[in-house]
Amino acid sequence: MEDADTYKTGKFRRQGDFALDKGDNRRNSRRCLLFLWGVLGLLREKAKVMNADEMTRALKRLAHEILEKNRGGENCLLVGIQRRGVHLANRLKEYIKETESKKVPSGVLDITLYRDDLTLLHDQPVVHSTAIPVDISNKTVILVDDVIYTGRTTRAALDALMDLGRPSAVQLCVLIDRGHRELPIHPDFVGKSVPTSQDEVVEVRVNELDGVDEVVICQREEYRQ
Amino acid sequence: MEWKHRSLIDLDTWSREEIEYLLENAKNMEDLLDRPIKKVPALRGKLVVNLFYEPSTRTRVSFELAEKFLSADVVNWSVSGSSSVKGETLRDTAWTLESMGADAVVIRHGAVGSAAYLKNKLKRSAVFNGGDGTHAHPTQALLDIYTAWKRLGHLDGKKMTIIGDIQHSRVARSNMIGFKTMGANVVLSGPPTLLPPDLESFGAVYEANPFEAVKEADIVYLLRIQKERQDEGLFPSLDEYFLTYGADERLIKAAAKEALIMHPGPVNRRVEIESAVADGPQSAILAQVRSGVAVRMALLYLCLGGAGKE
Repeated sequence: MEDADTYKTGKFRRQGDFALDKGDNRRNSRRCLLFLWGVLGLLREKAKVMNADEMTRALKRLAHEILEKNRGGENCLLVGIQRRGVHLANRLKEYIKETESKKVPSGVLDITLYRDDLTLLHDQPVVHSTAIPVDISNKTVILVDDVIYTGRTTRAALDALMDLGRPSAVQLCVLIDRGHRELPIHPDFVGKSVPTSQDEVVEVRVNELDGVDEVVICQREEYRQ
Repeated sequence: MEWKHRSLIDLDTWSREEIEYLLENAKNMEDLLDRPIKKVPALRGKLVVNLFYEPSTRTRVSFELAEKFLSADVVNWSVSGSSSVKGETLRDTAWTLESMGADAVVIRHGAVGSAAYLKNKLKRSAVFNGGDGTHAHPTQALLDIYTAWKRLGHLDGKKMTIIGDIQHSRVARSNMIGFKTMGANVVLSGPPTLLPPDLESFGAVYEANPFEAVKEADIVYLLRIQKERQDEGLFPSLDEYFLTYGADERLIKAAAKEALIMHPGPVNRRVEIESAVADGPQSAILAQVRSGVAVRMALLYLCLGGAGKE
């Protein structure tokens, strides 16, 4: 019951961003419960927001927008946030290469150690690697993530980036903007804005990790006794 | 993986999966050491006390760096010039530290079981064993495992030979437990007078001849000869020890090609090891020091980060 109560009062919400948009954090006990709900059909898949073709189209458009805004991708660096953001960044890199036949460097950023909810989580999420092959100083860094929700992941990513150097600018590119921001953070490039309620979960699935390209909205069913 | 440990007294309570999980985390922690800014905010606001009753440089500095890189607040409670000189007991010191709000205590003490004792006495704080008497030195074992695991890829079926003063070595004890958990075979060598009586309980094999012992070994681990032991008459002289058990190039040739040479430090040159070997290409001694910081960061991160454990 305690879990259901915390969930209702919204304390749960802050974790939701990390918890449910990122697949690797199921070790949180509440999340385990959620996972169980999922298994038991309580995390019900409600609607498909994007299929594989639509995802490709959106990413191609995002690649064009990035090029347009940055004068052909000059001095740019794509940085994907672990884990789904990494694969999206790789695809953007491909599409940029197709369009401009220009190679934009890309890197990987892990924000685990910069999260503001580490002490709230029951268990520690595993630390992934950060690998950015070039010096980010004086570069235009384009952060790539799958979903923007509360904005806390982006906040952590900005802190992590600043510790690596001093970029001349940072832009944010997300596939899905689902609203409910808790911080003054706004993405520069958005694949699709999806109005959601807070008891919904947006899942971006990528072929590399999930074997399928799609975006779905799941409904967290209310727990009733 | 659900991380259930909050403290670390010895590795005998850790499963292989848990050690591997820590190694994976440590690998990414090590990357942090190459960055211009090495500090991350993961343990911001946590207070860690380093309580060292025995002299130690590398373990204490290594813990301190790990704590600082994770942004914890660090207090070094040095024993000389503190209240323990005035006769305060370990228990009272521990309670004092806990009342001051310590989230974790790292303890190095000459008495066997002191870390476990401290853990029983503390209600809130986590306890990390930085070496208790001749019993255990688990973080040393973890960093040794990490160093070897990183260089060799895995430890399954690898042969590790530990040479030196086995009886008085907490490093040897923890390493035997840890490396065996990771699937390695451990062979011991050294003067028979420096062997513990309960050798079989560790599942290790003893071989008096060091050349036989290191044959085909993937890891040659040399223990420090504590010079104070010499007065106890357990071996004739340091020179004689070097001639028989010291790691020179001849002995290293008997081991597997490209075997790792490891030593917990500080090194007594020309006692346990010849300079040419200690500074040679096979030596992992400095890599061990570097691993120490990464492994301790991973340990602190895993044990101190979460909220609702134990």
